[in-house]
Amino acid sequence: MAAVAVTIPKTAKRGEVIEIKTLAAHVMENGFRRTQTGELIPRDIITQFVCTYNGVEVFRAELYPAMAANPLIAFTTVATESGTLELKWTGDNGYTATHSASITVS
Amino acid sequence: MTSRRQFLLLSLVATPAIAQLDPNIAAKRKASLEAAIRKVTGGKPVRPGKVTLDVPPLVDNGNTVPVTVSVESPMTAANHVQAIHLFTEKNPQPFVFTAHLGPRAGRAKISARCRIADTGNVIAIAQMSDGTFWSDTISVVVTLSACLEDGLI
Amino acid sequence: MDRRQRLHGHAQRQHYRQLKVFALLLVAVLAHAGEIPLAERRSGYDFMSRETRSMQDDETTNPALFSLMEGETLFKTECASCHTDMKGVAARYPAVKRGKLVNLEQQINVCRTERQKAPAFAYESKELLALSAYVGRQSRGLPISVSADEKHLAAGRTLFERRQGQLNLACSQCHDDNWGKSLAGTPIPQAHPTGYPIYRLEWQGMGSLQRRLRNCMIGVRAEAYAYGSPELVELEYFLLWRARGMKLETPAVRP
Repeated sequence: MAAVAVTIPKTAKRGEVIEIKTLAAHVMENGFRRTQTGELIPRDIITQFVCTYNGVEVFRAELYPAMAANPLIAFTTVATESGTLELKWTGDNGYTATHSASITVS
Repeated sequence: MTSRRQFLLLSLVATPAIAQLDPNIAAKRKASLEAAIRKVTGGKPVRPGKVTLDVPPLVDNGNTVPVTVSVESPMTAANHVQAIHLFTEKNPQPFVFTAHLGPRAGRAKISARCRIADTGNVIAIAQMSDGTFWSDTISVVVTLSACLEDGLI
Repeated sequence: MDRRQRLHGHAQRQHYRQLKVFALLLVAVLAHAGEIPLAERRSGYDFMSRETRSMQDDETTNPALFSLMEGETLFKTECASCHTDMKGVAARYPAVKRGKLVNLEQQINVCRTERQKAPAFAYESKELLALSAYVGRQSRGLPISVSADEKHLAAGRTLFERRQGQLNLACSQCHDDNWGKSLAGTPIPQAHPTGYPIYRLEWQGMGSLQRRLRNCMIGVRAEAYAYGSPELVELEYFLLWRARGMKLETPAVRP
C-alpha cells in the first residue's frame, strides 16, 4: 500500500479545532514534462483527498498537477465526538492510499 | 558582410522556425486563467479581501513552494467558507487545488506545497456560503536553480 | 634623486633574506586568503527562506520522511542483527577504513557485500539513500567530526581549488570567495554538506552529496566524476573536514 504520513492528535476537547497534517509519497508527474528524446511523460498525480469523521465527510480536496511531489495537505476540523477519522487519497492509474486514526474527545 | 538582402532572406527562413514557439502563449495562459476563475465563480464578481495568501515573494525553488490560505470567517452553519481555490498565472494549467470546507472545519486555513513555473501572480479565491467570492493575489518571483542536472543522474 | 645602492655586504644579504621570508609568508597567507574563517561558517540552512527552513525543521512534514521510514525498515531487517546504536557514526564519515578512504554509502556496501554476502546497493538507489538518511538521522545535531588525513585532505583541497569545465571555475571561487552573493537570483551558499542525504526541491526527491557535486560540475560544464570515484570521495572528505564542528542536519531540505 502507498506510503502516507499523518499527524492527528489522539485526544481533544469537545469543540476544539484540531489540525491534521498529511503527507503522501507520490511523484506527482505533471504531464507536461518531456524525456530527453522529446516524448511527453504521461500525467500521474493524486487527484482527490477525502477525510471522513465517523463516516461524515468533513474535508475534501481536488488536486491538480501544480501540487508538488510528495504533496502536503494540512487542514482543520472540529473535534465533535470520539471516533475514527478515515483519510483516503485517490489518483491516476488506480492509485489509492488510506489512513485511519482514532480520536478520543472529552 | 551581411547585406540587407541577405538579412531579409535570413529572416524569411527563420520566421517559420520561430512561429513554432507560440507567440501568443502569454495571452493563452491569461485566457485559460480567466476561464478557470469563471468556471468556479460562474461569472460572479470576485472582491479582494477576507483572504490571506501566505506565499514567499521570492521562492527558493519553484518546484516546491509552501502556501497557506486563511480566510476570515466564523465558520458557522450560517456563515462559512464553502471552498478555497488556488490558481497560478503562468503554469501550463491554472488550477492548483480546490479545498471543500464547511462549518465542520472550524477554521478556514489550508496549507499545501505547490509548483509555480514562472514569475507571476498566485491567486486564492474563497467561495462563501452566502454566494460571494473573495480573493487575495500575491506576485511571486521564481528563478531557475543555479546548478541543474540536465537530465543526467 | 640619489640612486646609489644603500645596503652592502651583510646588511644587503640580510635584507634580501628578510624579503624572501616576507614574500613566502605573504604567498602562504594569500593562498588561503579565500578560506572562510571558522567562526564565519554558515550552513546552507541560513541561506534558505523561512518556509523552506520550516520544511526541514518539522519532522512530521519533512519531505524526506518517507525515505527515513524506509531506511528504518531496512535497518531493522538488514542491519540490526549486528548494529544497535548508530549515534555519531555518520558524523565521522568519510573515513579511512583498512587503508582506503570511504564515505558512508560505500561503507554500507562493504557491510552488504563482505559481511552479509548480499549484492551492493546501487549509488543513488532508493535503498541506499534511505539507509544513509536513517543512519545520518541518528547523528542529527551532532558536530561533524571527520579525522584529518593529510594525504586525502591535500587531494581534496586541490580538487576544490582547481578550475574546471567550460566555465573554468573552481569550487572555491564561488563558495569561498563569493558566498552570500546572488547567482541568477539565488544566494551562493558556503557549500558545507551539513545535511546529506538531502531532499532537494530541485530534484523533488532525495539525493546524496555525490549527486549534488556532480550537479555543480555539470553546472560549470565540466565532465562530472563517476559515482564512487576516488575524486568524489576525496572532495566529499575535504568538504566535511572544512565543515568540521558544524552540526549535522540530516536529512536536510535544500533548494
